[in-house]
Amino acid sequence: MIYRETGQFKTSYAADQAILRLREDRIGLLVILAIAYVVMPLVASEYWLSTIMLPFLIYALAALGLNILTGYAGQISLGTGGFMATGAFAAYKLATAFPGLDFVVVLVLAGLITAFVGILFGLPSLRIKGFYLAVATLAAQFFLLWLYNKIPWFTNYSASGVISAPTRTAFGIPVTGFEASVTTKYLFVLVVVTLLSLAAKNMTRLEVGRSWMAIRDMDIAAEIIGIRPLTAKLSAFAVSSFYCGIAGALWAFSYTGAVEALAFDIGVSFRVLFMIIIGGLGTILGNYLGAAFIVLLPIFLNNALLGLGMQEAVAMASHLEAMIMGALIVFFLIVEPHGLARLWQILKEKLRKWPFPY
Amino acid sequence: MEILDLVLLEPIRNILDAPLFFLEVLIGGLMSGVMYALVALGFVLIFKASGVFNFAQGSMVLFAALFFVGFMDAGLPMWLAFLLTLAVMVVLAYAVERMVLRPLVNQPAITLFMATIGITFFLDGLGQAIWGSDVRRLDVGIPEDPIIIADIFINQFDLYAAVICGTLVAALALFFQYTPTGRALRAVADDHQAAMSVGIPLSTVWTIVWIVAGIVGLVAGVMWGAKLGVQFNLSLIALKALPALILGGLTSVPGAIIGGLIIGAGEKVAEVFWGEVLGGAIEDWFAYVLAMVFLLIRPEGLFGEKIIERV
Repeated sequence: MIYRETGQFKTSYAADQAILRLREDRIGLLVILAIAYVVMPLVASEYWLSTIMLPFLIYALAALGLNILTGYAGQISLGTGGFMATGAFAAYKLATAFPGLDFVVVLVLAGLITAFVGILFGLPSLRIKGFYLAVATLAAQFFLLWLYNKIPWFTNYSASGVISAPTRTAFGIPVTGFEASVTTKYLFVLVVVTLLSLAAKNMTRLEVGRSWMAIRDMDIAAEIIGIRPLTAKLSAFAVSSFYCGIAGALWAFSYTGAVEALAFDIGVSFRVLFMIIIGGLGTILGNYLGAAFIVLLPIFLNNALLGLGMQEAVAMASHLEAMIMGALIVFFLIVEPHGLARLWQILKEKLRKWPFPY
Repeated sequence: MEILDLVLLEPIRNILDAPLFFLEVLIGGLMSGVMYALVALGFVLIFKASGVFNFAQGSMVLFAALFFVGFMDAGLPMWLAFLLTLAVMVVLAYAVERMVLRPLVNQPAITLFMATIGITFFLDGLGQAIWGSDVRRLDVGIPEDPIIIADIFINQFDLYAAVICGTLVAALALFFQYTPTGRALRAVADDHQAAMSVGIPLSTVWTIVWIVAGIVGLVAGVMWGAKLGVQFNLSLIALKALPALILGGLTSVPGAIIGGLIIGAGEKVAEVFWGEVLGGAIEDWFAYVLAMVFLLIRPEGLFGEKIIERV
């Protein structure tokens, strides 16, 4: 009775085409944003912000990137980690070569560089499809990581290969490194993620997003109705890599504070892939749900095992985590192939009719 | 120019200067290619029969190796350990068919692929939860000292591996060619609908093919384990079977073997002669890049079925 469009009249095209057409949706989003922007920094402890919220937001951003490529454009990629590493190292090189540069500019440039690399590794997608492409994207993962590990130029000839991210400012406020407080880092990442999510949501509603979905649903048919596979596929790779690159840069600068290639191994690629499967392919909301799930699951498991008083809990927990994650993937694919986001959809449908069953 | 010379000409010169050494490297590479082919074989079997791109094959290799070495360490004789592991793989095949494939029947191929990634994680976790994640030595009594044929050092172990792989492929070929079950498998691989209409039960065929892939995985796991020790890294090495697989073409058994050989030989030669110039450890990515470049020219791989698309 509360959640329905009855009585909400649209008097302009703009209102009719708004992202959230329902007043209840708008209020809900505002509440969530208020919690994220105001309540969280005030209430949450430093531990909560730095070990849960930061990785959650950054993973959600990476998932957003992969979802554009896999969920919307239908090109499976196992190279997410490689693209994130590209973003991290591009940001590091830029930040050290031009110390005065605003960090926002660094982020955007790092994203653009990653987008370029993404286009390069996306080129095979014009010839190769499906499983062949999935394996070919592994080339990006392994080659890029090797590159940053082995070529000393990328690490500015540091001996250990592990380098700490320098402090950089955005609009005069230090947002990375030791001088920035956890709250500042959190708020900065939050702003970036909010803006990029909005951009992604709109992109999927525009012509470019529709061309991605047409390519996903059937590429030959899409070609026949006049969509260029070249632009559609490569733009998907570019935008996806842009997002992944920024996620990687934030990961290195805002979350771990260390730029190292090993942080972006193949495990990261799989984890992000799981996020979008569990969250929901081809949805924006799903990225957040999936990222929250995958970030919280190990923490929850660890605590549960410790609570049960199990010995050697750490190693066991990581094995159990892998098992539960694997089982959940299969479970979700069987029960709800459209992911957690679909559950939210169903709930909304139910809410509209409530309290009547139909 | 100097760098071009260093990358393009110098390695060739090195090869020409020491042809025997090159041959040694090449043979060593081909032998490790046999091991990749062993893993790739399992992929092809399942893909041909059910159209499922079984990402979990690498994990099945690790899983089988973990059980085998676990039984061996418990003091069982080798044949008993082998049989017990075989039993485990059969149970696994049944479980996969029942709990994953059957509920997902008629889903798009991509869904099934992702489900097998889920199986991958589950198996990796289960195997290590039961047997621990330490590196275990596996000794199956194959001598490892090199022998010398015409001035070329060849690792005896690799020779045994090649022989075992050859036997396995021959046995599989006979099984597919001459047994009723094998014929049924080939029929399903050709055309699901037609196979069903002549009365071949699909779910049984799938179980059988997963069992066969499990056996192939077990053999591969024992060989890899004996060579490198049984450890988690095994499933990562098995990932290298993927480029071998797509290079050869997803649907072809000979393709898997030849793809494995090309990948094995290519990456060894590249590592030994080009590795130093490029910074070392290019084995990590060479196989993938090679497969990617190759697919740009022939998108269906060497022996894969030509992809024909219709609206």
